[in-house]
Amino acid sequence: MDATTLQGGFATPPVDAAHAFRAVMEAMARPGTIHPVSGAKPPAPLSVAAGVVLLTLCDAGMPVHLAGAMDCDAVRAWIAFHTGAPLTGPADCAFALGEWDALTPLDRFPVGTSEYPDRSATLIVERPSLEPVGVRLNGPGIRETAALSLPETRAFRKNAARFPLGLDFVFTCGDRLAALPRSTTVTEPEMT
Amino acid sequence: MTDRDYNFAYLDEQTKKMIRRAILKGLAIPGYQVPFASREMPMPYGWGTGGVQVSAAVLTPDDTLKVIDQGADDTTNAVSIRGFFERTAGVATTTHTKDATVIQTRHRIPEAALAEGQVLVYQVPIPEPLRFLEPRETETRKMHALEEYGLMHVKLYEDIARHGHIATAYAYPVKVEGRYVMDPSPIPKFDNPKLSDCPAIQLFGAGREQRIYALPPYTRVESLDFADHPFEASKADHPCGLCGATDSYLDEVITDDAGARMFVCSDTDHCEDRQPRGHRGKDAA
Repeated sequence: MDATTLQGGFATPPVDAAHAFRAVMEAMARPGTIHPVSGAKPPAPLSVAAGVVLLTLCDAGMPVHLAGAMDCDAVRAWIAFHTGAPLTGPADCAFALGEWDALTPLDRFPVGTSEYPDRSATLIVERPSLEPVGVRLNGPGIRETAALSLPETRAFRKNAARFPLGLDFVFTCGDRLAALPRSTTVTEPEMT
Repeated sequence: MTDRDYNFAYLDEQTKKMIRRAILKGLAIPGYQVPFASREMPMPYGWGTGGVQVSAAVLTPDDTLKVIDQGADDTTNAVSIRGFFERTAGVATTTHTKDATVIQTRHRIPEAALAEGQVLVYQVPIPEPLRFLEPRETETRKMHALEEYGLMHVKLYEDIARHGHIATAYAYPVKVEGRYVMDPSPIPKFDNPKLSDCPAIQLFGAGREQRIYALPPYTRVESLDFADHPFEASKADHPCGLCGATDSYLDEVITDDAGARMFVCSDTDHCEDRQPRGHRGKDAA
């Protein structure tokens, strides 16, 4: 086992996780807002923010799917040591982690059932950039309108149309994160 | 002083993770009741174990906590829950709504307008709005799935048929974003309009019933009604006896054996904030 596997967890888990969760909660409650997080130093190619989300929310009862380049020995070992989360395929995961191209198509992930719409996957999407510009967001948590640099709009429109079923997204970039719940409707920015 | 024999905010980290995941799904599906594995807490069910667990999962050491019970900061339930988190989380506490970042409440929404950055945590006894109409969980779950809320409207209609108006005065059912019918916890219906378009995050915890649900900020929340019997946020038709407020929710207090009574603000912070600023009611000393 590589020594880097054992490092990079929260130094004071109760306090670090509390701050991290508040950032994730604010992000999920206010779609489009971007929040800095800290405390995790995961191995490449994991970003700090993705590492923080995994440490804050995952445990041995939450199957994680690693997509594309994330499915490497360093990430597998780090998640196993720090969270104990089992790794699984997309069809029965609670969390999925990867870049957008590796996560699509989205219809492979559980969207919940009409009686239990909460039994759906949360996708942690690693992004090369994350800015409050681009696709227009409307819905609960947004006063008038918000904007976020999403990788596309069609998949998110389709996801929102299934409400209350659907996937929820956390976008991570370096040490910052934003979120997009299924309740948010997305529209292309107006042409000017 | 923080009691170091406990983990931060009492609960163990794995329990907090489980509650935090439920809160996130609740925020993603506003008004839907997310099942969670409620824990035994060092207080009896019915004393706010759901709210306490949600607060424990949300608090950071930087927070300032306020706890109210029927609007009051100084009643047993509020004082003991505030003391619980002072001891186990070491957080600062306050009675001022404006200074608080996390407010745990039993059956009221503060009179002062809430702001972005604040979190309101409700203690919920019966989270299922349809429970007294349909006792079977399997059935109510199906009714929510199918958006079959006719029974609730029949109940409100029967109120009108028997009393001439909708007699439900608290725990008045609401519809969230046009989808889920939700129990706002036993807040007076006077508070219902404050649920909608609120800048703060609203979280609901039911410990005994093992449910968490949520309203993100600026969520549309409508009280159920009929076109010819519109919803009305009612209160006792008096000014506050202590601060003279005419726009706050009032408690009726019996003052002697002869039936004398006074009406006072249920929100003690609101009332105590107004009195030093020269607002006096007719019963003020």
